[in-house]
Amino acid sequence: MSTRPTAVPARGRLIRAGVLALGLTYVAILLLAPIVGIVWTALKGGPHVVPGPLERADIQHALFRPVIIAAVTVGVPAVLGMVVALVLARDRFFGKRIVSAIVDLPFAVSPVIVGLAAVVLFGRGGWFEAFFAARGIQVIFALPSMILVTIFICIPFVIREVVPVLEELGTEEEDAARTLGASPMQAFIRITLPNMRWALLYGVALSTARALGEIGAVLIVSGAIQGQTETATLYVLRALEERQDAAGYLVALTLAAVSVLVLLGIEVFKRRQAKEMGR
Amino acid sequence: MAVSTLERSAGSRPEQQRSGRLRRLPLGRWGLRGVALVYLGAMVAPPAVAVVTRGFGHGFASLRDAMAVPGAAAAIRLTLITAALAAVINGAFGTLLAYILVRLRFPGRAILNTVVDLPFAVPTLVTGVMLVALYGPNSPVGGFLKRHGVQVIFATPGILLAVLFVTLPLVVRAVEPVLLELDRSEEEAAHVLGAGGWTTFRRVVLPAIRPAVAAGALLTFARAIGEFGSLVIVSGNITGRTLTAPVFIFQLTSQFKGDEAAAVSTVLFAISFALVLLTERLTRRRGDEFS
Repeated sequence: MSTRPTAVPARGRLIRAGVLALGLTYVAILLLAPIVGIVWTALKGGPHVVPGPLERADIQHALFRPVIIAAVTVGVPAVLGMVVALVLARDRFFGKRIVSAIVDLPFAVSPVIVGLAAVVLFGRGGWFEAFFAARGIQVIFALPSMILVTIFICIPFVIREVVPVLEELGTEEEDAARTLGASPMQAFIRITLPNMRWALLYGVALSTARALGEIGAVLIVSGAIQGQTETATLYVLRALEERQDAAGYLVALTLAAVSVLVLLGIEVFKRRQAKEMGR
Repeated sequence: MAVSTLERSAGSRPEQQRSGRLRRLPLGRWGLRGVALVYLGAMVAPPAVAVVTRGFGHGFASLRDAMAVPGAAAAIRLTLITAALAAVINGAFGTLLAYILVRLRFPGRAILNTVVDLPFAVPTLVTGVMLVALYGPNSPVGGFLKRHGVQVIFATPGILLAVLFVTLPLVVRAVEPVLLELDRSEEEAAHVLGAGGWTTFRRVVLPAIRPAVAAGALLTFARAIGEFGSLVIVSGNITGRTLTAPVFIFQLTSQFKGDEAAAVSTVLFAISFALVLLTERLTRRRGDEFS
């Protein structure tokens, strides 16, 4: 059978091409076509439609609000997430698996439920309402509750990125540093932190994207007060409800563009991390 | 990921050394443990307790009443059905994409690798707006489909598309690291022994990646159940027909029906928590579902 050696690779190549085409088609239809859709819809009036809405004060405010929330928020799950990651990767104790599962909970639970919980806790007649009211702090329908729910939602990202890296690294380098006289803090800052920095930044980038685009929890908690607690996503929702489609689509496109920039950051961090882990 | 690496390291490190590791970090063992547990406890316990106690306001009766709220049962059913479909479809295509990314070399592979992460970056509400822009009645595509009797937006296909979009990376990123670690010599052995591509995949590759596929699919299911941002735009909120559970909860909240909202939330929360525990069991702290 002289034809066999050539026939099999040819058939293999055909199957590979088919598999590849199937995968690419799925991604093109599911992910890329909607992007073409929004670019076309937002800009079909020509490029001159862009400046108008983006100069409006309420829209600028709405675009800026999530930036503040993300800036305030992302540090907490990053720093405390590192601590949790260290414990999950290195410690052993009863109930660790449950703790590990709880870390994933904010990712799985609906943001609407998170918002509702915040209302039950801090809203009218809520458990902590009197405490904060007595101190003159407005939690619900104001920035504090928006920040709290965003922190909750961002909990898993840094932890999930850092834990596998810590597990893979082991402790040999730290042990060496300690043997050479480094304090625990020195060993952490000089050895552990640099080793996990790309995973950490990757997690922070994912958290930032999530914080900027959060809608469900923030919608319930913020009251969506125009010019005050209205974020960019909340503005888009209002614009579409009020049939101001052009402005809504434009702000949505702006958000999509920002998220693509964040995505590029995510990819850079991920590649660096993969490189350092020797893939 | 790193299943084999972990097993190796767990085997090679004496237990004594393992327990001493945390002491060599700042704050010491108990300090770190304390900070981690207090942080998670303070962030997760109050909202969970708040929703569940409010949901059980009048015991199981209030839970039953909530399910009797017009639209509640239908909303939960629609949510579970679309989430299950998403888990199956993205389970299959996610595995396919992971295989493509790990095993095939082709121009544009790096771009595909980036595009797969797109749903992690795009706000879910924007996902909904994108789908309306593409399939809405005023767009060429939506108009074409409508003339042929297919309604996407404000109907089940739109809900499914949104959920598929949002959850696409989960299975890919769960399966990818396991495929990377997989020893190729087994596949080559199967090939030498005369197995075709499909047989090799089914008999050699699939058994190895099955736990990762299952974990990714479960996470997809859980994430799809909770999805809100894209569906509030796409579903059209027709009670009993296109209303999913999270959107239904939002409607109840905005109508100041806090008790009913909390009761439906409790049902949904219980499902999410069970799924997270199940995923944890499957991955045994080795998967990194988000990378």
